[in-house]
Amino acid sequence: MTEKKTIPLEFEKPLEVLAQQIEALEKQIIEHPELEGDIDHLKKQYENLRRSLYSNLSASDHLAIARHAQRPYTRDYFDRWDPNWVELHGDRKGMDDAAMVTGLIDIGDFKIIGVGTQKGRSLRDKQQCNFGMPQPEGYRKALRLFKHAEKFGLPVVTLIDTPGAYPGMAAEEHNQAEAIAFNLFELAGLKVPVIAVVTGEGGSGGALAIGVANRVMMLEHSVYSVISPEGCASILWRSADKDKDAARAMKITAKEILDLGVIDEVISEPLGGAHHDYDVAAANLKKAIIKQLEKLVPMAGDEVRADRQKKFRDIGAFHEATA
Amino acid sequence: MDLKEWFASRKKQKEIEAVKPLAASEDICLLWKQCFQCRELLYTNALRENFNVCPKCQYHFRIGAMDRIEQLFDEGSFHELDANLESADPLKFFDTDSYVKRQKEASRKSGLREAIVTGEGEIEGEKACLGVMDFGHFGGSMGSVVGEKVARLTEYATEKRLPLILVSSSGGARMQEGIFSLMQLAKTSSALKSFSDAGLLYISILSEPTYGGVTASFAMLGDINIAEPGARIGFAGRRVIEQTIRQKLPADFQTAEYLLKHGQVDMVVERGKLKSKLAFLIKFHSHSNAKAQKAPPRPKAATR
Repeated sequence: MTEKKTIPLEFEKPLEVLAQQIEALEKQIIEHPELEGDIDHLKKQYENLRRSLYSNLSASDHLAIARHAQRPYTRDYFDRWDPNWVELHGDRKGMDDAAMVTGLIDIGDFKIIGVGTQKGRSLRDKQQCNFGMPQPEGYRKALRLFKHAEKFGLPVVTLIDTPGAYPGMAAEEHNQAEAIAFNLFELAGLKVPVIAVVTGEGGSGGALAIGVANRVMMLEHSVYSVISPEGCASILWRSADKDKDAARAMKITAKEILDLGVIDEVISEPLGGAHHDYDVAAANLKKAIIKQLEKLVPMAGDEVRADRQKKFRDIGAFHEATA
Repeated sequence: MDLKEWFASRKKQKEIEAVKPLAASEDICLLWKQCFQCRELLYTNALRENFNVCPKCQYHFRIGAMDRIEQLFDEGSFHELDANLESADPLKFFDTDSYVKRQKEASRKSGLREAIVTGEGEIEGEKACLGVMDFGHFGGSMGSVVGEKVARLTEYATEKRLPLILVSSSGGARMQEGIFSLMQLAKTSSALKSFSDAGLLYISILSEPTYGGVTASFAMLGDINIAEPGARIGFAGRRVIEQTIRQKLPADFQTAEYLLKHGQVDMVVERGKLKSKLAFLIKFHSHSNAKAQKAPPRPKAATR
C-alpha cells in the first residue's frame, strides 16, 4: 500500500460496513480472546464478498472506479517507471498546457517519448490541469513531441485519462477541432511505433487525439466512449440522470470494447482498482507496454505506419447490400 | 437587462403567433416557404432557382445532399459510388427506441440510405470526387457507414489522382454506434493523410451546421477550408460552452464569419458562387502541378 486509506465508492459500502465490524472486534480481542474464531470467519466473508463484488461490476461501477479521486494519473505512472524521467514543456507557440504531460522516459531497456493527460490531485492542481481537459495548445504540445519522436526514431507511449477536450470559448477560438483533427492526421503518418493506453476515462475526440496507435490497450476498470454517459443520456433520454442506462447501452467498459475488436488488450488492475496499489498498477502497465514494444520496435518504419493505418481502416460495422 | 430580455422574448413570441396561421396549411408549405431570418414569404420554385438562398436577406437554407450535388456538378456528370452501404447495429443500441427503428425512420424522412452521398463527376469540366453530408438524415451524424464512405472516396481519389471535395453538415459522431463512431474520426483522418502525402488537393466545405466529431476530423483538414455564410461551425455546442464557462457568448460566436476572423477558414463563399470558386481552385492547383512536373528536366539541360 503506497497511499493513505482509500475512499470507498457507493457500491463498495457493504464491504466498508464489514470492515468496520472486523475492526471493532479486533479492538476487543485482548479482553475476549474467544472472539478470534468470529473474526476469522468475518475476514473470510469479507474476502468472498470482495471477490464477488469486483467480478460483477456494472458499467457505471467501472466508470466510478475510472473517475476515482485517488486513481493514479500519468505522472504517477511515469514516476514509477523512471524516477529520473525528464519533462519537456510547451507547444512553442505561446502556451504550456498542464493538462498534457510530455517527457523523455526510460522504460525497461527502451527509451520512449511519453505523452499523457493529467487530472491533478489537490484542488489547485486540478484547476491548473483544468481537470484533465486539454486546450488546443495541449494537443499541439503533444504533436510537437510526436514530431520529436519521429525525428529521433523514438517510440511513443501515450496514457489517456481525460473527460474530453475542454469546451471553452478560448478553446473554440484557438480551433480545438483542428487541433484534434490534425493530431489524428499526423499520428496516422508516424513511422515510429505508437502505443496508447486508456488508464481512466477515455473521453471522445479529446482522448482519441493522442490515441491513434499501433496498439491500443485499456486498464481493466477504465472506460472509453464517444460521449460521456451523462451527455448521451441528456440527449437521447432527455434526462441526465439516465446516465447508468446510457453507460450500459454505449458499451464503454474495457472488456466490452475488447470484445468489439476495437482495442488489443485489457491490462489487469489490483483487486478493487489501480488506486489500491499504485506500484502494482504501474508494474502491470509497464510489463504490457514492454511486451508490445518488443514486437513493434524491430519493424521497419513503413511497416509500422501501414500497420497503424490498417488497424483503424478495419474498424466499423456495416452491411454491403449486393444490389 | 432581464426586463429588456423579457420584453424582447415576448415580442418574438407574439410575432411567431402572428405568423403561425399562414404556415398552417400543408399546401401553403409546399408552395411557399418563410425565411427563418427576415420572415419574408418566398415562392418555393423561385427559392430553388436561387440556390435555396433568401433573395432578400441572403439567408442560406439548409439543403439536402442531392440538391447540393445538382448545384455543384455539371448536369448529368455525377456517378454515385458505394451507394449500397448500410448501417449495422453493432451495439444492439436501445434508448427510448431501438437504433434499427430510428434508422428506418431517418431513411423515410430523408429518402437516403445514409447521411452522406459520395461520387465522382465534373465541375465546369474539371473531374473531381465529391462527398456531401445530409443533415436531414439522422442529424448528419457520422457512424461506421459515413466513415467508410469518406475513407473509400478518399482512397478512390488517391488512386485516380483526382481532387477531393467534402461538404460537411453534421451534429457530430453517432452515439448509437458508440466507440465505432469515434474510431471513424481516426479512419477518415488516416485516409486523408495518405491522400495528402500523394500531393493531391482536398477542399473542405463547411455548411450549416458542422459540429463535434466531423469538425474534429475531416472537415477541418482541408488544404482549403470554405464556409457558407452564416453557417455555425464548432467543436462543442454553444450551450455546452455556456454551461461550462457560465457566461453568455457573443451572438456571432461559431458563425462562418467569426471563424474567418479567427483564422479557421480560408474564405466564406456564397452558395451561388461556390461552383465557380471550386472550379477556379481546382484549375489553379492542377496548373501548378503541371509546372512542377515540367521543371526537373531544365537543370539537367543546363549542366550538360
